[in-house]
Amino acid sequence: MSSIGTGYDLSVTTFSPDGRVFQIEYAAKAVDNSGTVVGIKCKDGIVMGVEKLIASKMMLPGSNRRIHSVHRHAGMAVAGLAADGRQIVARAKSEARSYESVYGDAVPVKELSERVASYVHLCTLYWWLRPFGCGVILGGYDKDGPQLYMIEPSGISYRYFGAAIGKGKQAAKTEIEKLKLSEMTCKEGVIEVAKIIYKLHDEAKDKAFELEMSWICEDSKREHQKVPDDLLEEAKTAAKTALEEMDAD
Amino acid sequence: MMDLNLDAPHSMGTTIIGVTYNGGVVLGADSRTSTGMYVANRASDKITQLTDNVYVCRSGSAADSQVVSDYVRYFLHQHTIQLGQPATVKVSANLIRMLAYNNKNMLQTGLIVGGWDKYEGGKIYGIPLGGTVVEQPFAIGGSGSSYLYGFFDQAWKENMTKEEAEQLVVKAVSLAIARDGASGGVVRTFIINSEGVTRNFYPGDKLQLWHEELEPQNSLLDILNAAGPEPMAT
Repeated sequence: MSSIGTGYDLSVTTFSPDGRVFQIEYAAKAVDNSGTVVGIKCKDGIVMGVEKLIASKMMLPGSNRRIHSVHRHAGMAVAGLAADGRQIVARAKSEARSYESVYGDAVPVKELSERVASYVHLCTLYWWLRPFGCGVILGGYDKDGPQLYMIEPSGISYRYFGAAIGKGKQAAKTEIEKLKLSEMTCKEGVIEVAKIIYKLHDEAKDKAFELEMSWICEDSKREHQKVPDDLLEEAKTAAKTALEEMDAD
Repeated sequence: MMDLNLDAPHSMGTTIIGVTYNGGVVLGADSRTSTGMYVANRASDKITQLTDNVYVCRSGSAADSQVVSDYVRYFLHQHTIQLGQPATVKVSANLIRMLAYNNKNMLQTGLIVGGWDKYEGGKIYGIPLGGTVVEQPFAIGGSGSSYLYGFFDQAWKENMTKEEAEQLVVKAVSLAIARDGASGGVVRTFIINSEGVTRNFYPGDKLQLWHEELEPQNSLLDILNAAGPEPMAT
């Protein structure tokens, strides 16, 4: 759905005649150019995975973190302009901290997503600010159980069972829809997310990539953490095997 | 002659109690507000609503406790709208604590927050003078509470029924009223559980008499109007 908004796209405070704000749509394009980010809600927690496209062979493995902990019980995976993402994560951490210091309880995930969405939206209201060029998947585990939210550059935030942003989001969404999430545990979910990311990685267009994954579940004591190394390796192996089986057909 | 000092700030000498039971909480208080030695209000309501499911017992300075309650009611109202569901007892207690601690130099009020929410059930939080917040199975406060520590050590038990809990509270407030000059009047109780809130009222003259307490004498006129003394037997 690409169209040029000649004349009406110079400022985020201008509407086009057909009711669109082009600057926000262009910001969303920045997100679409980034490596895929996937998040799913399993029956006992959340799993998030990022296809980190490696820009240079000189980079140390494990650098350029794309998944950040926002609080003990919540984490964010970022797609799009990395520097913009850093700002959003910093804001989310600050909101979570201030909620806890005032109300004395961990911030509910719904409340946190609303605050982050409100901040992202703020930057679409003034001509002297530009919209954030990144989308964020927020996963958390609070008193109401595990929850997954996605916040787009427009400031929209919805709750999801499964979400994907970035290059391969269409393919990822199709794969996620095939999964029976309500019956899946997070351990199984980690394997599935790895398979999805390996499957939609385009070897021709993008060279190498590194898989970064995190989860929040009973096994992680309801805290947001990196998926343990042994499980991550198991997931990568399973994903590569699944790819080979596909290619063999 | 005794100086009544009618210009003294209104203080609630008070006995306040909050007790958890199997399924909710019972809050109780006396009803005496004093200005020095004068009882400014003998039927005050010291248990104030913060939300549909959370109430607070107030003690100490009447003005301070009212203002703190009003602020917290306002914050909780906004919080409920933002959250889209009732606030928890824990959050209510923490908001009171925030005000009590940050203004500790100016405030003189001890509060007991009690209520029911769907996550934790019935909970009691004590917030004494300095602004500490402590979650307790039961809490006592106010000047009359000094006389109740030993009583609760003996009488408190876990997992009481609603009836046992309310009887315990009424008995305790009544005992404190008997000994503490700054507590008196009626006993008010609030029972809060998953089904809602029930208010109860026990007038002072209907309470059980304790050691050395006398029956209330109504009026000498009753003696005059009563049947005369028995004639002497010959």
